Amino acid sequence: MSQDVILKAEGLRREFVTQKPLFGKPTVVRAVDGVTLSILQGETFAIVGESGCGKSTLARLLVRLIEPTAGSVWYEGDDIARLDPRALRDLRKDLQFIFQDPLSSLNPQMTVGALIEEPLITHGIGDKVQRRARVADLLSRVGLIPTHADRYPHEFSGGQRQRIGIARALATGPRLIIGDEPVSALDVSIQAQVVNILEDLKEAFGLTLVVIAHDLAVIRHMADRVAVMYLGEIVELARAEDLFTAPQHPYTATLLAAIPIARVGSRRESARVGPRQERAQLDGDLPNPTAPPPGCRFHTRCPHAQARCSTERPALRDLGGRQVACHFAETLELTGLDGADAARSPATTARFALYRAARAQEDGTAVADKTDSTTEETRT
Amino acid sequence: MTALSDPSATLAPRAPSRFWRKMRASKSAILGAILVAFFVLVALAAPILPLPGPTETDWGAVRKAPSAAHLFGTDEIGRDVLSRMVWGAQASLMAGVVSVLIAVALGVPLGMVSGYLRGWSDAVISRFTEALLAAPFLILAIALAAFLGPSLSNAMIAIGLSAMPLFIRLARAQTMSVMTEDYVESARAIGLGHVALIRKYILPNIFPPILVQATLTIATAIIAEASLSFLGLGQQPPAPSWGSMLNVAKNFLEQAPWMAMWPGIAIFLVVLGFNLLGDGLRDALDPKDL
Repeated sequence: MSQDVILKAEGLRREFVTQKPLFGKPTVVRAVDGVTLSILQGETFAIVGESGCGKSTLARLLVRLIEPTAGSVWYEGDDIARLDPRALRDLRKDLQFIFQDPLSSLNPQMTVGALIEEPLITHGIGDKVQRRARVADLLSRVGLIPTHADRYPHEFSGGQRQRIGIARALATGPRLIIGDEPVSALDVSIQAQVVNILEDLKEAFGLTLVVIAHDLAVIRHMADRVAVMYLGEIVELARAEDLFTAPQHPYTATLLAAIPIARVGSRRESARVGPRQERAQLDGDLPNPTAPPPGCRFHTRCPHAQARCSTERPALRDLGGRQVACHFAETLELTGLDGADAARSPATTARFALYRAARAQEDGTAVADKTDSTTEETRT
Repeated sequence: MTALSDPSATLAPRAPSRFWRKMRASKSAILGAILVAFFVLVALAAPILPLPGPTETDWGAVRKAPSAAHLFGTDEIGRDVLSRMVWGAQASLMAGVVSVLIAVALGVPLGMVSGYLRGWSDAVISRFTEALLAAPFLILAIALAAFLGPSLSNAMIAIGLSAMPLFIRLARAQTMSVMTEDYVESARAIGLGHVALIRKYILPNIFPPILVQATLTIATAIIAEASLSFLGLGQQPPAPSWGSMLNVAKNFLEQAPWMAMWPGIAIFLVVLGFNLLGDGLRDALDPKDL
């Protein structure tokens, strides 16, 4: 992975006016509030956070599908937030977008072939014959048959539609693709398929991927680096393996704790019910984004909050190759994924011990250990 | 590329068009289509039907009741009512279709501009529309027709202009709702220009409701033309139209009721036909139910 920066956001902010009374101040939501990040050439960069944290807004700001209130986005020496409409349209050739809902993001009145050909026509690429060949090639690359070009989007399944969306995004040969929750509308079995296609195509076309998600499990397999967002701000940005094994922001830790473990009776240490201080699960909803709490925005839900957190707002600080916005990042001991994985609640352990004992009695042989080890292996 | 040799890349055989299937399943839509088709055929066949001319008078047969010679009877100066009905169908259907075409041709672009651009152009167009809608449809049409002068083509223009606000409002609302769809954002994401966006994304997606509204408005326009002709503001004598025939017939309701009955029945049936057809189209074009 080369270290060239392909896309850079600086102090990006977007406000939405939610209510505008005749007199007095309008109510404003800061959906994205001062985000600065750099995306490196060839990497897969993930942006995660719960619903309403501003991640989709950020994704759209990065390719200027919506206008920023303040801040800039740099691509190849140009601030795309200030490009004129014509230059912006040319830029769309390089920066493409995959949408969350593959049905609603495909024009129902156009055939699949026309949908995939459209970006080529728009940017004047190739003649009619070349374009048809390109459409056929793209369709087969995403695992569809070239004859599907004459069909309409509603004739396809969810996973197929998303692959049509991917083919359309790939048509102009972009350098960077942003996926706004590209798999979250799909069945779990189809998710893996689409993720694999994205990774294969990334390889084949030398793409840079930016993936928005709320599902950390998906991200873990794809991403090189991960940014965690909370209420319009980035609270932690780190290499994926660092973030997953050793989170340094309490919010990241709670997100990780929420990933289910595929093993009967297992519960994460951090998620176990107990006195409030020991729980990493979040209470309540996201605070009202029109009136974010003072100080650290997370302090109302943070299990480690102290007096300082409610008054002083932590900046995103460099912490040896990663960035964290927490006053106590160095001193907190947070649990990542691997340490907690093996934990099985005492009650379950006891029950499994009973089963094993019963089985041993029935058989009179030493199958107990074997049974236990197979259960262990089914866990992934 | 592991996942690409994928069994789910097969599709069910293509179903016959949902639109035709639903149209055929609806008895009332078929009845509407038959009624409309019947009157259109009659209007087109007027010159070749073996009938006396619509303005030919026969002073020997004035206000005669229906008989073998004159199936629908004759009017106050001995003209054949059936012949006048057949030729009048042309005026009535023309008035319905042409005035709605005028309303669509003016109203839909204005509404799309309004809904697409928003801002001040939306404000201007919307206030203008509301001002037009403040006057009842028929009153507005009568005022415009009186202003333009009495003739069938002026009546069509007057009816078209009166029906226009309806289409402005519909096109505006539909455009605004289509604009919030993801696929419009996806069109912007590939860098599509405004003209292509409107032509390929907005127009095809707002078309079905406009088609339905147009069909239903034809019925209203036919009644409006009859009303204007009844008032002497539409088709001018001696040329026939159903409205003007009613206008004359009202003076002879006691002596020659057939003079009023046939145009009344025809207006009723053709309006019913267009309404049934419009309702059928609305159901068949609704993407939400299968």
